[in-house]
Amino acid sequence: MELLDNLALGFSTALLVQNVLYCFVGVLLGTAVGVLPGIGPTATVAMLLPITFSFEPVTALIMLAGIYYGAQYGGSTTAILINLPGESSAAVTALDGHEMARQGRAGSALATAAVGSFIAGTIATVVLAVAAPPLARVALRFGPAEYFSLVLLGLIVSVALARGTTLKALAMIALGVLLGTIGQDIYTGTPRFVFEQRELYGGIDFVSVAVGMFGVAEILRNLENEHTRTLLVSKVRGLWPTREDRRRIVGPILRGTGLGAALGVLPGGGHVLASFTSYAVEKRISRRRAEFGHGAIEGVAGPESANNAAAQTSFIPLLTLGLPAHPVMALMVGAFIVHGITPGPNVITEEPALFWGLIASMWIGNVLLVLLNLPLIGIWVRMLHIPYQVLFPMIILFAAVGTYSLSFNAFDVYAIVFFGLLGYVLIKCGCEPAPLLLGFVLGPLLEENLRRALIISRGDATVFVTRPISGALLLLAGAALAITVLPAIRKRREVVFAEDD
Amino acid sequence: MRTTSRHRGITRMITAIGVLSLVAACSGGNGGNGTAPAGGGYPDKNITFVVPFSAGGPTDTVTRMIAEPMAAKLGGKIVVQNVEGAGGTVGAGEVARAQPDGYTVLMHHIGMSTAPALYQSLGYKPLDDFQTVGLVTEVPMTIVARKDFEPKTLQELVTYVKANASKVTLANAGIGAASHLCGLLFQTAAGVKLQEVPYEGTGPALTDLVGGQVDFMCDQTTNTSGQITAGEVKAYAVTTPERVKSLPDLPTTTEAGLPQLKVSVWHGLYVPKGTPQDVVQKLSEALKAALADQKVIDQMAKLGTAPVKAADATPEAHRARLQEQITTWGKVIADAGVKAG
Repeated sequence: MELLDNLALGFSTALLVQNVLYCFVGVLLGTAVGVLPGIGPTATVAMLLPITFSFEPVTALIMLAGIYYGAQYGGSTTAILINLPGESSAAVTALDGHEMARQGRAGSALATAAVGSFIAGTIATVVLAVAAPPLARVALRFGPAEYFSLVLLGLIVSVALARGTTLKALAMIALGVLLGTIGQDIYTGTPRFVFEQRELYGGIDFVSVAVGMFGVAEILRNLENEHTRTLLVSKVRGLWPTREDRRRIVGPILRGTGLGAALGVLPGGGHVLASFTSYAVEKRISRRRAEFGHGAIEGVAGPESANNAAAQTSFIPLLTLGLPAHPVMALMVGAFIVHGITPGPNVITEEPALFWGLIASMWIGNVLLVLLNLPLIGIWVRMLHIPYQVLFPMIILFAAVGTYSLSFNAFDVYAIVFFGLLGYVLIKCGCEPAPLLLGFVLGPLLEENLRRALIISRGDATVFVTRPISGALLLLAGAALAITVLPAIRKRREVVFAEDD
Repeated sequence: MRTTSRHRGITRMITAIGVLSLVAACSGGNGGNGTAPAGGGYPDKNITFVVPFSAGGPTDTVTRMIAEPMAAKLGGKIVVQNVEGAGGTVGAGEVARAQPDGYTVLMHHIGMSTAPALYQSLGYKPLDDFQTVGLVTEVPMTIVARKDFEPKTLQELVTYVKANASKVTLANAGIGAASHLCGLLFQTAAGVKLQEVPYEGTGPALTDLVGGQVDFMCDQTTNTSGQITAGEVKAYAVTTPERVKSLPDLPTTTEAGLPQLKVSVWHGLYVPKGTPQDVVQKLSEALKAALADQKVIDQMAKLGTAPVKAADATPEAHRARLQEQITTWGKVIADAGVKAG
């Protein structure tokens, strides 16, 4: 009953006219910046933060939160339409989403992403309302050893991202991990592979890699085959998912939501794993495994739901403990402080209207997002009717502007030229960019936590198995490895991995 | 037919790469291109405030707080730009190379004085390549530990870490971060060498401290006061000469018996060397006005800090501080044998 009272308080706060209005402004802005790769929610929130100083605290936080999860919605749009992912989760969506778009099913893919995100957002909001404080306590038991084991598990499971041979996928993961080591080592300060370039000290930005390897490489490949077509998509089939599609996405959406909601709670990078893991799980349990990578709708539904659920539950450490899991949340800590509220465990008791109002506003924001995004699908899909010789320079300009806005550094734009060419060469060699991106994102997390765990244990490697959560995760990783390797031993490898040939 | 279109395809690919490179090249001239005459008309175009750290961090927040009142006083517009990387040295390097016309201004913190000792090939010299404008604020730091950590007072902490030097872990937010510097100073003051555990930023470090994965750390009040008041971490002392308003019960390091440990994250504004003196004067006056603005004072108070005294918001006081800090930290960093690159 207490929960109902709390929710009533939350909705009575969130439904105030100015709160609904700023929630809408937030999700609208979020969608807009999510669409453009590079200009991410972090920069947007930072720019708007001073404006919110004059707002009521709850209104300010509702708007800033809206920008964050709104961007997760918008991010899938460019990934699906023009293979231009702006963040790691969208890169997974691009795998099958863009294939669907090429087959004329962009409408279905976009609608699936929107509906999946809405369902995931709704369920994750309930999770937030019911179990936020206990979940946060569980998340705190994840130390460096646990994160290392979790990331290792994620890497092993995600070999499934590969469409081609396992060997090439592993090579790409390794290359990604190596690219991820570029920059200053956080433990010793030693610059690695920076070639005297100060811009490389902070490492290569994910957006440069993703935009180059996916977007630009894709353009180069399309232009090579230009004699075959002048439009990116020759014909657009139905805008909405068919009955068959609808039947196929229910399971992935629910599983994706569960995975995303669980991983999102972990402040040390759990949310990065959400969409990768969901994709891998869907591919492994699907009866249509061969369709993955060639426009399987499950490959859009699962990761998009996982991503949005994680975006929502990643607020749990912030709201219950005052610990930010993402740069946007760090900004929100700033917003709390400026409004005279000390973020921390006391917020839930001292500012119940704010806590519950923010949670309720997330559900309202999800409703607004679905209302905003579904009608836009028709317009987005029409973009694919633009002749390719007009569209591709626009995409490139779009990519360059977005990437430049990351840190106003020309170096990031040179990087997309480099990764575009590299991506093109790799495609020509039959190697895919997705496993590389995975290695690039997870590699540094793996190294960082491995070394930190060993520093804290003074070099005692048994901590990985003696700590119960870590040990259990490693057992799972072993099992996942066995499942991946066994078919190969039974000479069934071709059936599982070499679907392209 | 087939060959020509193939040929055209390749031409287009080359065009695509060309367009990209062109965009990159054009954007390369960022930061102070154009040589508008400085002096009487200043400012007659937008002024860029370069923040060498990520948007939303404490330095960024402080910059955005003072940008608006400063712009009002100057009668122009100020645009805040985040140029991140390599402990703030990328952004500082960019400003060092910018036109000295007062339209490119750098906001930097204590890291300006530690960079020469931390980095071998900095590409600029803080004292030679910059003109100081004035100090802005000094953010206090706090020494905090996981809540079940044995020592109860700062003195107990010193005794405890000396006795258990092989077991205790000291977290920080990365090489050259304020928490790292404060940690070094603590080790010097306590006369002990501890195992440091670096994190990528304050957020993750504080998370592991609350989770009990590491023992203790020293970090800015802005980050720790919420956890302190909620009892999620144990606080020992604040590192400034005076107590902090938001944490009235927390003793200073002097009161708690470790007076050698004094550190604050001081922030200041810089312009490239060679900027006309009247422009520097105008900026300094605008800074003073902004720091006297009640709104700025209130907002800083909420962050657990305060504007510096008017006498410190001057080029002279700022330069003296920079000089003194470069000497102090040069020694601490060299003694600890730390190198960032």
